[in-house]
Amino acid sequence: MTTIWRTANYAALVAITFVLLFPLLYALSGSLMSARELASYPPPLLPAHPQLQSFADVMQAIPLAREYLNSAVVAALITLGQLVTATLSAYAFAFLRLPYRDLLFAVFLATMMIPWEAIIIPNYLFMADQGLINSYPALVLPFLAAGFGTFLLRQFFLSFPRDLYEAALVDGCGHLRFLWSILVPLSRPALAALGIWAFLSAWNQYFWPLLVTKTDEMQTLQIGISRLRDAEAATAPNFILAGTVLALVPTLVLIYLGQRHIVRGLTAGAVRG
Amino acid sequence: MEAAGRGRAASRVASARRPRLRARETSIAIAFLVPSLLVFSLFTFWPLLRSVYLSFHGSDIIGRPTLFVGSRQYQQLLSSPTFREVLLNTVAFTLLTVLPSLLVGVGIALLLQQRIRGIGLFRTLMATPFAFSVATASVVFAVFYNPGVGVFNGFLQFFHLPPVGWLTDPHWALPAVALASVWLQLGYNVLVLSAGLQAIPEEVYEAARLDGARAPAITRHITLPMLTPTLFFLLVVTTIVSLQSFGQIHILTRGGPAGATTTLVYSIYVNAFAFGNSNFGYASAQAMVLFAVVLAVTAIQFGVLERRVFYR
Repeated sequence: MTTIWRTANYAALVAITFVLLFPLLYALSGSLMSARELASYPPPLLPAHPQLQSFADVMQAIPLAREYLNSAVVAALITLGQLVTATLSAYAFAFLRLPYRDLLFAVFLATMMIPWEAIIIPNYLFMADQGLINSYPALVLPFLAAGFGTFLLRQFFLSFPRDLYEAALVDGCGHLRFLWSILVPLSRPALAALGIWAFLSAWNQYFWPLLVTKTDEMQTLQIGISRLRDAEAATAPNFILAGTVLALVPTLVLIYLGQRHIVRGLTAGAVRG
Repeated sequence: MEAAGRGRAASRVASARRPRLRARETSIAIAFLVPSLLVFSLFTFWPLLRSVYLSFHGSDIIGRPTLFVGSRQYQQLLSSPTFREVLLNTVAFTLLTVLPSLLVGVGIALLLQQRIRGIGLFRTLMATPFAFSVATASVVFAVFYNPGVGVFNGFLQFFHLPPVGWLTDPHWALPAVALASVWLQLGYNVLVLSAGLQAIPEEVYEAARLDGARAPAITRHITLPMLTPTLFFLLVVTTIVSLQSFGQIHILTRGGPAGATTTLVYSIYVNAFAFGNSNFGYASAQAMVLFAVVLAVTAIQFGVLERRVFYR
């Protein structure tokens, strides 16, 4: 390969990466500018005088710390719940004798084919009837189990050496102990993949939290920053961009550091909601 | 001693075949399934049945959906010009998001396949949109589309073109929302397509090179055909994701201007929840349409995947 061709190739890669990353770069750069600098023409690419004022402003405008906490609690509970329910059910499907096993597994798979938006009304009415609107249980309960997680872990468990399972049981190891002290430690890659997927989709939810949270105190971060857009978009985008950057920190870390785990979960048929 | 151990093991295995132990194993299995089944029954299957029920019921005088109206709400949907427009918007939005996100995704994934120094960094960075939620992406694009200080109109101004009301012009609003969605979807698509490309065995390429095939021919006659299962999987997934889109429409346009960006899911939201409508029955009839469409798309996927497995 000639040097010219190689340079052109890298130039193309850098250009495409720049275009693809533009929304992130713009948000980062804009969050460090003053409102006036961001609105000036021609639009500056980088802040002339980087300042953190918009981060302070956004914390003033909405209860951002509280919303951060809400999102973190909700996403953590959902992730933990899915890890537990999926591990247990995948274990039953992969290792245990069970009548109608295939039928039951089909029922689990069927849950993946029902779009959440098609059943969101009865779920909302249920939460309203139970008096759970504007509470953590409303945000968490419906997502404590997912067919996808069971499917992903079952695939992994099926590749687990059968001999090891039988030997453990023969040695008097109970199912729960085998699960906890042998299977779970050896399944860390699959559990990490599921954990990251569950956390990302929980953290990024929009429709459901929009419906079931009514006060600023219970809002998740996603709802909080989208409401910034209603109030301030025209006047102070730097402020909105600062909120966006803060909301992106956990997911960016997961995407950049956990990418190989994410790829493992990809082709198992995940759908982002 | 070893022999004794083996004897004990054998007797355990034999006892494991006894019916009492098998019953115990079954009850453990059921206990392990109960947590998931409980969640699914309460929040998936029961609501699905209730959706069907609601779609045949209208609201009574205090707004509870208890009046049986038969198929009236479905007939109302079929004859409503507004709903026809909603369906057309949904189809247009789906086409405008699915096809570009697949085509651009393939292009980027092919570029990332090169074996050159630093490609790992590019690959990591190109997954960036995947870290965005529908809310964060929409908020940033809302700033881009801002008529006064936005990037897109700044661009037009640079070429001395008149500004466009991206989100307020009925012709531009749907494509503008679609563009934000394409970008949001690209991170996932690039990851999946890269994984698909890496799954193509190296020997196939080597054989082609030995036969004297050049890079463009290899891409056209080997890489792309072998990528079709991945492409098909993505086609189905992105179609379903796009049919379910809600956040970008709610944040960017609220379904407007004049209903130009009201898709099926947004219409469900408007009828059930917006402006104190609480028309749960009519919204549920639309939810059933959404369910049927997603089910049809999924069924196609299973049909084709079965054939693919058979093919091997």
